[in-house]
Parts: sequence; structure tokens; C-alpha cells
Amino acid sequence: MIEILNQGIGSTFQDLGRVGCSHLGVGRSGAADRPSHCLANRLVGNDESVATIESCGGLTVRLHHAAVVAVTGARGVIDVRQGPPMAVNGVEHQPAGAEFTLRSPDEGMRYYLAIRGGFDIDPVLGSRSFDTLAGLGPRLSAGALIGIGPDPHTPITTDLGIRVPLATLIHLSEGPRHDWFTPEAWTILTTGAFVVSPSGNRVGARLSGPVLERVVARELLSEGLVEGAIQVPPDGQPIVMLADHPVTGGYPVIAVVAPYHLPLVVQARPGTVLRFRHTIG
Amino acid sequence: MRLLPCGPGAILAEYDSLVEVMAVDDALRDSGLAGIDDVIPAARTVLVTYRDIDGAALEKLLVPGATAPRTHGPLVEIPVVYDGIDLEEVAVATGLSTEQVIERHSSTEYSAAFLGFTPGWAYLVGLSPELHLPRRSTPRTAITAGSVAIANEFTGVYPTASPGGWHLLGHTTTTMFDVERDKPSLVMAGDRVRFVRT
Repeated sequence: MIEILNQGIGSTFQDLGRVGCSHLGVGRSGAADRPSHCLANRLVGNDESVATIESCGGLTVRLHHAAVVAVTGARGVIDVRQGPPMAVNGVEHQPAGAEFTLRSPDEGMRYYLAIRGGFDIDPVLGSRSFDTLAGLGPRLSAGALIGIGPDPHTPITTDLGIRVPLATLIHLSEGPRHDWFTPEAWTILTTGAFVVSPSGNRVGARLSGPVLERVVARELLSEGLVEGAIQVPPDGQPIVMLADHPVTGGYPVIAVVAPYHLPLVVQARPGTVLRFRHTIG
Repeated sequence: MRLLPCGPGAILAEYDSLVEVMAVDDALRDSGLAGIDDVIPAARTVLVTYRDIDGAALEKLLVPGATAPRTHGPLVEIPVVYDGIDLEEVAVATGLSTEQVIERHSSTEYSAAFLGFTPGWAYLVGLSPELHLPRRSTPRTAITAGSVAIANEFTGVYPTASPGGWHLLGHTTTTMFDVERDKPSLVMAGDRVRFVRT
């Protein structure tokens, strides 16, 4: 059991949200900072879909039995009564009776508190998120005693790493030579499916998929390349330039992968399906 | 000058001539503009990568000014044995004798426009227009280090063994790139280069 002694400011239960309820006029809701919510769960060995408590600080809880907890998101002091303060983004094994407070953050806005096993609360329309606009979902209030779910029997790791699913959506923006290709090629690039080929390396991730046709056939004089540039050699199969790419290259660059999505391309294993979407560079 | 998109951390500026490229490259390096990570000049383009930058100041620097590019670098002499396997082919394609090809190539003082392709690969300009030939239609998969070659308006030396599509005129035993040296690349942008027939 975990007891809410003080609910603090903006404290709500949140998970990955309610998907597919908009026909009821119900929005997605869910953790506002989803990556921090997911990280908190991973730190305690939970599935990322398990509910956490999102809080802007002032939240005080007491553990009625020993538990593994993690706080992510905002950075601030977490006071533990009769113990050393807890670390943000750490895995904390706390004994029965431990009482801790998330102080007002020093950096950022919203903390995420996860507990191994998850909070034993009933979902509403398939989610344990509280939608503050709709007033829908499980409420968190001072004095509440909340059960803790069964141990997930997963290893506890400080897993900060990125996760690459078997199909990944990658953002890109126009490259310097996007107009060397047919309009169809741009449509294919931003709607089609490209499979990561096994022949890639640290120089470039080679993709196989529909052929990207050029309208400008002349030879390109070599020009500077950026990491994430999508070069298209004569066979029409794109190559995403990675860490060891050459300084200059002689094939036209149709697009550039958003830097925040480049790690996903680096980690994508052969056979992974990549799809690209156009965002503003 | 045309500005071409290159993602959120870079801009590619395209020019009509290498002279403009070299002038802009000089201006960028002399400017000390804060936030620039790297400047990568090439045959007709300058790529600038940056983090936080004053975009207006950068755009101003990318407009080629009236200043002539540097040609004042130190002179590097590179001894060459003209025994390249493409010498005959170049002679036929240019209508010169092999002796004339060698004479044209070794009598010119070149200027290093920029480095690229592989570490230490300096693109040298000043090649006699008589020797301007497009790259080979099929690149060779392996070219030995020290090969002296020409393509289009450029000449250069393969610093390491690599694939390549340039016409091979000869070879040098001079080490073009060595990370152990104070100055790893023998030739830097702006340097003058002369090939000395040996």
C-alpha cells in the first residue's frame, strides 16, 4: 500500500492515455511528458503502459511496505523522512514506512513517480489517466490508500537507452537536392516503407524500398554532407549518412533525418521497417 | 548564390564558381562568427553546420564579396614519377602527347581549394584547361596511396588507398596525411602546390 499524505500541485495518475475514444468526445490525455513517464516505469522494471503519478511538486507519500520507486521528469529535491534524499532518474529501494516529498522542481515542471508493480487502480475507458479537461479518470486525493500491483518479475536495470520497435516513424526535412527528384519520389519517400538492409555500417544505413527517380540526371559535383543526410545513388535506394560518413559526397541528398530521430535509424536492425514523415527543417 | 535546406543544423550555399566558394570560405573563417561548428567548402558549395547562430549575420557572410580568395599559402613541392596507367588514355583524349600531358601537369603552380573525400585529400585548382576531362565512367575499386590524378578542373593525390574515378598520371612516395605529424595534412586549403617530375 502507498498512502497519499499530501497531494501537492497538479498531481494526477497518468499512463499512455486513452486511444480511440475521440468518437465519444474523449481525448487521449495520458502523461504529458511521455518519455519521462516511460523512463520512470523502465527504471522500476514496469511495462511502459503502467500508470505513474504526474506531479508539479508538493506530493508527499508513505510506503506501507518496502517498494522500488523512481522519480523522473522535472529535477528537484526529494526529501526522505529519516533517510538521505532520493535521486531523480534513479532506482530507489525504499523500506516499509518510508515517507518522501517531491519538493517544488528546480528545473522542469512535472515529475513522474513510478512504483514497481504499479498502482492498483481501476481503469476508466481503458486508461488510468486523469483527463483534467474532461474530469475523467481515476482521481488522486490526499488520504487515499492505494494498493500496489504484483511484482512484474522483470530485472531492474537503469535502462536509459532508446528503444527501437520493429517499425519506426522517422521525421525528416527537405535536403539540398530534393528538387533533383520527381515529385513522385518525394511522395514515395514520405509515405512508403523502407527496410533496413543488412549491408549498412557506421558510414551509412542502407535502405531498400521503392526506387526514388531523379529528374536531374547530370553528375553532382561533390558537396558537404551532414549526419542524417539521405543520399540517393543511381540505383535509387537511399542511404542515411551516419557517424563515419565522408565529409563530402557526390550523390544528391533528397532529405535530412531530424537529429532527434537519428539514433532510431542507428539502432534499427536489418529488417526494421522505416517510414518517413516530412517536418519543417 | 542559392541557399539550400540541409536540416535544422546546417545550410548549404551554392555558387557559380570555385572562386566564389573560396572567397566565402575565407570570409567565414576570418569572421569568427560564434556558433559555427564546421565549414565545408566544395567545388560549387559551402556547407556550414552550426548550433545557435545569428542567421542574418551568417547569410551576410555567405554572399560572395569582392575580396579575392587566398593564394598566398606556403608552397608545397611534391615529387612525382609520371608512370600512371591512364597517361596514354589521357593523351589520346586530350590530343596531346604523353610528354605534353606531363609537361602541362608539372609546369603549373596549383592552389588547394578545399579538402574532402578522405582525410588529407586536397582538391587542387589551376589545372591546364587542356587537361580537363570528366571522371572515368566506371570508378576503380582500388587505387594505391600516393597516386597522382586529374578529373574535371582538379588535380590531387590519393592520400590513402581507396576506390576512385580519377585519371591516374603518376605516383608520389610523399606521405600526404599522417595523424602523428603536427600538421597531419601535407596540403591545407590555401596552400600552393607544385608537382616536381622525378
